[in-house]
Amino acid sequence: MKYALFLGCTVPVRTMAYELSTRKVMGTLGIEVVDLKDFGCCGFPLESVDHDTYLAVAARNLAVAESEGLPVMTMCSACNGSLLKANLAMQDEETREKINATLKPLGKEYNGTTPVKHAARVLYEHMDEIKEMADPVKLNIAAHYGCHYTKPSEIYEDFEDPEVPYSLEELIAAVGATPVQYENKKQCCGGAVLGIDEAVSLEMTRQKLDHIQKAGADAMVLVCPFCDIMYDVNQRRIEKQAGEQYGVPVLFLPQLIGLALGLPPDELGLRLNRVSVRKLLKELGE
Amino acid sequence: MQKKEIINMDELDPRFKYQITAQPGGEHIMKCVQCATCSSGCPVAFVSEKFNPRRIIRMAILGLKDKVLKEDFVWYCAACYTCSERCPQDVRIPDLMSAIRNIAVKEGCIHPAYKEQGRLIGEMGRLYEVTDFENERREKLGLPKVKEKNEEIKKIYSKTGIDKVIL
Repeated sequence: MKYALFLGCTVPVRTMAYELSTRKVMGTLGIEVVDLKDFGCCGFPLESVDHDTYLAVAARNLAVAESEGLPVMTMCSACNGSLLKANLAMQDEETREKINATLKPLGKEYNGTTPVKHAARVLYEHMDEIKEMADPVKLNIAAHYGCHYTKPSEIYEDFEDPEVPYSLEELIAAVGATPVQYENKKQCCGGAVLGIDEAVSLEMTRQKLDHIQKAGADAMVLVCPFCDIMYDVNQRRIEKQAGEQYGVPVLFLPQLIGLALGLPPDELGLRLNRVSVRKLLKELGE
Repeated sequence: MQKKEIINMDELDPRFKYQITAQPGGEHIMKCVQCATCSSGCPVAFVSEKFNPRRIIRMAILGLKDKVLKEDFVWYCAACYTCSERCPQDVRIPDLMSAIRNIAVKEGCIHPAYKEQGRLIGEMGRLYEVTDFENERREKLGLPKVKEKNEEIKKIYSKTGIDKVIL
């Protein structure tokens, strides 16, 4: 299977470890990813500003992939949600005509045929192979689903259950780790509020770190670069402000799977993680 | 607790709700029965009184247009879609908040954080700048270079006219 890898804005600049581990793990599983230079912003922040601009910016990317005949694989959950919502809107003929008129000066047109999948969903679809290839990673892992990986459910058809999500925990179990249950598992990371009210946003993040620490997890696993910025990049700052010590290592899902597949930690970008993963790697004998 | 306020009927704009239903995402606002399923499960409302989706919907239907557009509470929605999944009336609150924000933008009340994000995306085609520094770092890690700028989004802005608001 071959996908056009949609990097979005955050991943290629702020969470290179996610990109690195995704590419390595996909390669190891024989899933080909290609880069299309013409991809740009997914449009997500523009939905709040101007609906038609958002749709055109999102559909532009879908048109780029469509002209190559490739399905899109996203790493950012917001990109995934944004592109899928636009995809659904573009199935309506009237909307499609209107948005394509905006795209015409760019020499682009979108006919509504590009499938879009989150990298974690692709991994879930290859869970049997992962299970077969994995050396058990004996860790207790808290799954953080975030919001746009499962919601709104109308864009995800029969994939995932927004109230009782399961795919990440099944993958955690597939690599021999133990999924840890914790309070308020579906809580949002707060990232979307960061530019509006930092105190509110960081408090949302803090609560989950607290819940995960109390549940005794060795690490949390997530599938979105912005969630990672909140939990990993901002963790030290949150600790300082709250006068607490959380020390919760934050892994991208492909980093965990990559470890189970025997990939070297450096190739998975584990050195780039902010909260130290040294103790984890030691436990795994790396 | 919110301070009790007396609503001045002269300041209400009864057409505001129709402005919202005409905006994509706002179509379902009149279905709201004020059950507060949205507010009670809202992760933002859980940590802050500043955001209360049920209250915003009530204010909008009442016609408190100025207050809804000029104060910053509509911008607090994290678009997590928790309420959307649970709303018994299918009001689609995150889309509704986007619709109200779109109206706020048209009426000159864009939140500065969104204006700045929109400007960056318009000027660079992406939210975060990519320079030689980032590309060199990427190359060192074995990642392919990414294009520094994408001019096409600016062209979309000028076609939809949003450039006048955010560039």
